[in-house]
This record gives sequence, C-alpha cells and structure tokens, in this order.
Amino acid sequence: MNSNGPNCLHSPALRDYLLDHAYDEMIGSDGHVRPHYRALMDAMLALSPEELRKRKQSADLSFLTQGITFTVYGREEGTERIFPYDLFPRIITNAEWVNISKGLTQRITALNMFLRDIYHEGKILSDGVVPRELVYSCRHFRRQMRGMQVPRNVYIAVAGTDLLRMNDGEFVVLEDNLRVPSGVSYMLTNRRLMRRSFPQLFLNSGVQPVEQYTQALSSTLRSVSPEGRSEPTIVLLTPGIYNSAYFEHTYLARQMGIELVEGRDLVIHDNIVYMRTTAGLKRVDVIYRRVDDDFIDPLVFRSDSGLGAAGLFNAYRAGNVTLANAFGTGVADDKAIYAYVPAIIRYYLTEDPVLNNVETYLMTDPAMRQHTLQNLDKLVVKAVGESGGYGMLIGPHSTAEEREEFKRRIEAEPRNYIAQPTLSFSRSPCLIGDRIEPRHVDLRPYILFGDKVTIVPGGLTRVALEKGSLVVNSSQGGGSKDTWVLNR
Amino acid sequence: MLSRVADCLYWMSRDLERAEHTLRLLDVNMGLMLDRSSVSVDARWKRTLHALGKPEGVTWEGDLYKLGYALTLDGDIPSSVRSCIVSARENARRVREQISTEQWQRLNRLFLNVTTPRDPRDAENYLSEFIPAVLDGIHLFQGVTDTTMTHGEGWQFIQVGRFIERASATASLIEVYHYDLLGAAARMEEHSEYLELLGLLRSCTAFEAYCKVYTADLNYDRILDFIVLNAEFPHSLRYSIDCLQQGLAAIDRGSGRHPADDLMRLMGRLQSSLGFMQISEMLTQDAGLYLRTIVRQCREIHELIYQRYIHYSVHAALAD
Repeated sequence: MNSNGPNCLHSPALRDYLLDHAYDEMIGSDGHVRPHYRALMDAMLALSPEELRKRKQSADLSFLTQGITFTVYGREEGTERIFPYDLFPRIITNAEWVNISKGLTQRITALNMFLRDIYHEGKILSDGVVPRELVYSCRHFRRQMRGMQVPRNVYIAVAGTDLLRMNDGEFVVLEDNLRVPSGVSYMLTNRRLMRRSFPQLFLNSGVQPVEQYTQALSSTLRSVSPEGRSEPTIVLLTPGIYNSAYFEHTYLARQMGIELVEGRDLVIHDNIVYMRTTAGLKRVDVIYRRVDDDFIDPLVFRSDSGLGAAGLFNAYRAGNVTLANAFGTGVADDKAIYAYVPAIIRYYLTEDPVLNNVETYLMTDPAMRQHTLQNLDKLVVKAVGESGGYGMLIGPHSTAEEREEFKRRIEAEPRNYIAQPTLSFSRSPCLIGDRIEPRHVDLRPYILFGDKVTIVPGGLTRVALEKGSLVVNSSQGGGSKDTWVLNR
Repeated sequence: MLSRVADCLYWMSRDLERAEHTLRLLDVNMGLMLDRSSVSVDARWKRTLHALGKPEGVTWEGDLYKLGYALTLDGDIPSSVRSCIVSARENARRVREQISTEQWQRLNRLFLNVTTPRDPRDAENYLSEFIPAVLDGIHLFQGVTDTTMTHGEGWQFIQVGRFIERASATASLIEVYHYDLLGAAARMEEHSEYLELLGLLRSCTAFEAYCKVYTADLNYDRILDFIVLNAEFPHSLRYSIDCLQQGLAAIDRGSGRHPADDLMRLMGRLQSSLGFMQISEMLTQDAGLYLRTIVRQCREIHELIYQRYIHYSVHAALAD
C-alpha cells in the first residue's frame, strides 16, 4: 500500500474516514495525504490490526504498571485512571512550529510585562488600553503583590498555552494557563512510549527531541533564585497525592533531582523557608509550586487551607525565597483579560500578534451580552476563572434548561462570563479499535521564561476521544498523543 | 532527606515485612494442618493469631478459609495483607520520586493483585495460589530494592523498617511457641513434636538453613539457638538486630549532626545482649520474659527514631 496515491483512503482501516469543513491534520483538502504524514501513514497501514492492538495493549499496560495515572474528581476520593493514550502521533512541520514558537515567545514576554505593569505603575490601565475595573475585579488579582519587586521581573516562569488549528490551517490561541499549568509529564512519557512502540519509524522520521524539558525547567528556576543565593536549593511544592496531577509532580521532581515537598514539610522561621529533613532544617531558595495561590499560605490567602505553609508569603515578600510562578499571575489568564491580549502585545512590544485569539464576547459589554443571550444555542460560554473544562456551556450540545441557567448566571454576574463562537477546530487521525478515525485535537506547548525563553518543540496534543466530541480535557473523557515536530 | 519521606519509606518497608510474615505463617500452618498432630486445629490457629499480635477484628471460628480470607484479603481488617500492601503502596506513592521505577512497578503489581475483587466464599479455590504469588511478589520487591536503589539514607530507612518489624515479629513468634515446645519431648508423641519444630523453623524460613548446620535432627534447644542467636541467618533475631543497628549507625553518620547518643546506646545494649549470650543462659532464665523485653526495646527504638529524625521540634532543630 502506498499513501502517495489518492487510493490510500480506500484501505479498510480508513473506511468511513470523516472529511468535512474541519481541517484534517493528515488529509489535505485535495483528498491526498499531506506530504509530512506519508511515511507515518505507510507504516501504520503496513501493520496488521492485531499488531496494532498488541502495541496498544502493551502501551496501556505500561501506563498502568508505571502508575501513570490522574485522579478524577467528583468520584470516590483517590480514584485513579490512566490517561487514555493514542498511538497515532500528531505531526507538525518545522515551518509551522517556527511560527508557533515565535508567537508564544511574543505572548509570554508581553504578559510578563503586563503583570509587572499592573502590580506597579499601571500604565496600561491609565492609558485606557485595558479597563482598570476588569483587572481589579478579577478574582485572581492579588493586591498583596502591589509594588513588590519580583526577581528578574519574571511573574510567569512556566506557561502552557492551548492552541487550536482552524479550518484554514491557522493556529489560534484558545487560552493561556499561567498559574499552575499541568500535562508536561504526559508529553514526556508519551514520547518515551512512542519511541518504544515504533523505534524504527521514529528513527526515520527526524523528530525534534523534547527530553531536554526538565533540564530547561531546572535552569529556568535557577535563574530566578533570590539574589546572593548562588547554589540555590530548589523544591517542587505539591498539594499531595490526591491532586489530579500528582504523578506529574513526582515525575518532574525525580527528573530534576529536587525534593518534592508538601506544605507540612516546610517551616518558616524569621521569614526564611526551611524544609524538615532527617538532618535537621534545610533552607529553601526556589519553590516551583504546583499549589494554587488560594491554598498556599493560610495567613494571607484561604485560612482553611492545609496544603500550604504559614508565613510563606512574607518570606517571599522579604525576598528570601522565589516562587514560580509568582502570586497573582491568574489575572493574565482570566478569560475576560484574554480578549485584550492582542492589545497588550501591541502596547508593550509595538508588534502585531503572531498568533491570533479566538473571537471573544465580553459579558460586561451590553451589546455583546445582548448578542450572546440571543444566540446561546450557538455559542460556548465559559466562566472566566475556571479551567479544565469545568463551568462551561457548549451551546449546540446544551438543553434549554442549561441555557436558561446560564442566562440567569450571566445576568447576575456579567464579569464572570465570556462567550465564544463554537469553534470548528482540526481533527487528527487516531487508532480507534482496528480503524483509523479522525478526532478533534488541540495543542498545548509549554513555555519557560527565565533568563531566556525556552519552548521545547511540540507539547501535549490532547484528543477528544469520543466521536464528534469537542472536549479534550482529561477530566472529561479526553486523551493524548505524542506530538512530532519534524526537523524539516 | 525529608522527614516525611523517611517516615513513608520506613512504613512502606515495615508494612511489607508484616504482610510477608502473615503470609508465611498462614502458608506454613495451612500445610501442617494436613498432618495429624496432637496440637488441635483450634490451638494451632489461636497460637498463630497470638504470634501475629492478635490482629484486631480477626477471630478463629473454626473455618480455615474464613480466617485465611480475613488475614489476607479483607480490606476492613487493618493488619490484613491487603491493608498492609495498600498502605505500603500509598506510602510509596507519596515518595514515588525517591524509589526506583522497578520498585514502584513491583509494588504496583502487588497492589493490583491484592485489590482484585475476590469472593470471600470462594477463598478455598484461590488462597493456595494467592499466598505464594504474593510472597513471591514481596521477595521480588525486596530484591529490586536492594539491586536498583542507591544504598543511601532512604535505603537505610527501608532496612531499619524491615528489620525492626522482623525482629519484633520473630521475637513474638518464638515466645508463643516457647511454652508449647519447652520440654515437649516428654509430653508429645514423637512425630507431632517433630511437626511442631518443623512449623517453627518454616515460619522463620529457617528449615533448610538449620539442616545445613545441624542436619535434620530437630532439637528445640538448637532451633532456639539458631533462630535467636545465629549471626548469619537473615531471619534470626541477632541478625535482624545487627542489621537494624547498622542501618541506624549509617543514618546517624550521614546526618552530619551530633551523634544520636540515646538511640545508639539503647541499640547497642540490645545488640550486645544478643551478641554475647549463650542459649543455655537464656533457657535457665525466663526466656519468654527475655523475648518480650526485645519486643519492648524495639518499640522504644522506634520512638527514639521518630523523636530524632521525624517529629523533632523546630526550636531544637534551629539550636542544633
């Protein structure tokens, strides 16, 4: 079988392969396999269905015995699931990647400048580019950060930005995750599994490596350590084993060779942070924290939290310890502020954004709100401060009651919601049973910002594994696959 | 090393040692039940429960498989094999980054095995396979622990957990057997005395090792000598206490603090009492009392370990 010819779509594995207006990552609009997918497609079609099933089973088993799992909320505490994994990699050409990488660098640079600005002079607010009330009314705005000097002015050291590919093949930004983005361990384990499942194919394809991520993360964290601490002790702060991303926390700590601490391991004395060790107390300089602002210090934020360490914020303010990311970065990934990111980029960098936003309606704007309420069945409504697919209304898949409920909520708290058109984003081929079928995918690259910007090529491709579904979140039936950025 | 991590590794190891001990006692006694013996079935299982420290919620009601299920697979019994392995795995998960992938995978497989749903009424059909399979799994875990993990502080805490549990469990086991077997030659029929001695040896995995030293001539004094005082047999009390001492000494040396005087003094006293005793001495005094003292000293050592490495006060640590 040869995928060069138009006939490859007649292979039984591709029977009923759905092609419509949505961009297909593998098949071009002319019905042919795109050149960069050809070698992969030939290799996949050359394998018998049994062989594919066998490799898939061994991959699943390897996830389970390695305990690569995530915790599902809303069920019995500690319910572990493996993250569904698809063996068919998603391919991005080098030219596409260069553009994405440029856009992401521009975006994180501007967002860091934005955070520096709003917690100091607030020029962008005085100039009326971003409405002042939108910033101050954000649930994630931390007035405690006003006037505080942050090492290297790095607020966001680690970001995960969700991209979608639209019908015309262009990548757009769906949202930025600037608080505690997760999923990077799946990017790394997917890659390791892929290398093991298809070694030959991998070798011949010329894929750019991602394995350097943990080293880059480690040097990014080192670069933001407090002044005068030349050999900083870095730790990763986790909420503990019941957190959905606990596997990732252990994975990253192990890969970086740093301690994985919980709040109760930390002791703050005279504004210095220590961890309790068997050899006594040991000073901590940089905390890569995977605990949300709200829970990190019961003295400053939520007093009912048992996950943080009392006194951490004061130690941070005193400049004795660096937290990455800084407190209060959630302002910049608020979904209403998101609508202003293109303006933010133009304001600070005097450049046009490389990556566009998705059209977004602010519910605080009466005309946009009116339009949204009249078209709830066609739009997607999101709560501004939520992530992970929670607190969302997908118009076309909603019931009249749900729409009524959201209408009430929007009218009660317009600041808390935004609306976007229901997006038609790209599909990528997946192995479903012994067939190859297209499913919707997004892309989350991970951006590191310290003394320089580092983006490992690729990222996490999340898949809406259910047929027709547009939801890629792991908490709601999504899976993932390896993402290949080619050398050429 | 983080105090919490040391705590997790220590309990992970203790729980697995305990699971192994429970499985072995079950395995050995289920095997011996098949032979006619002057020790009644009731007495045998009551004694076994006694040796296991009378686990909460488990009683002998005359049904072997019910007891077997309770001790192995019942998740509601806090000291069942299942509970021990679940808790060991939970501890390992908390310190996933500290142990090797091989260790984690072995332990995870054990966890998946013991948490597979099984019908208690059906225990007769699977216990005989389940017990050796889990024992094997635990041995594999211990093997990869020793071969894939750096023998640093974390491994030393694993050693300490393993041998403190082994020493106390073995001391309790011998104590329970002691009163039955002392002078048993006069009371018991010959073959049933043999079976009892065999049972004791097997419960310590000591039968073959004993035979290599003393041949298959089973004699209680020699058995006691072997499982209490032998310096080279890994399940003997002396060997366990020696390993415990070595582990604690290595941790102490590595901590870079002033020496742990209280702890090492208590440890040294226990170690030398076993190292310099002869079995005849032990038999002329109250051996049961002696064995109970060992269990008590292990408990005190545990408390001192916690005071020094895990639950110390911040002010004491800053002054140190």
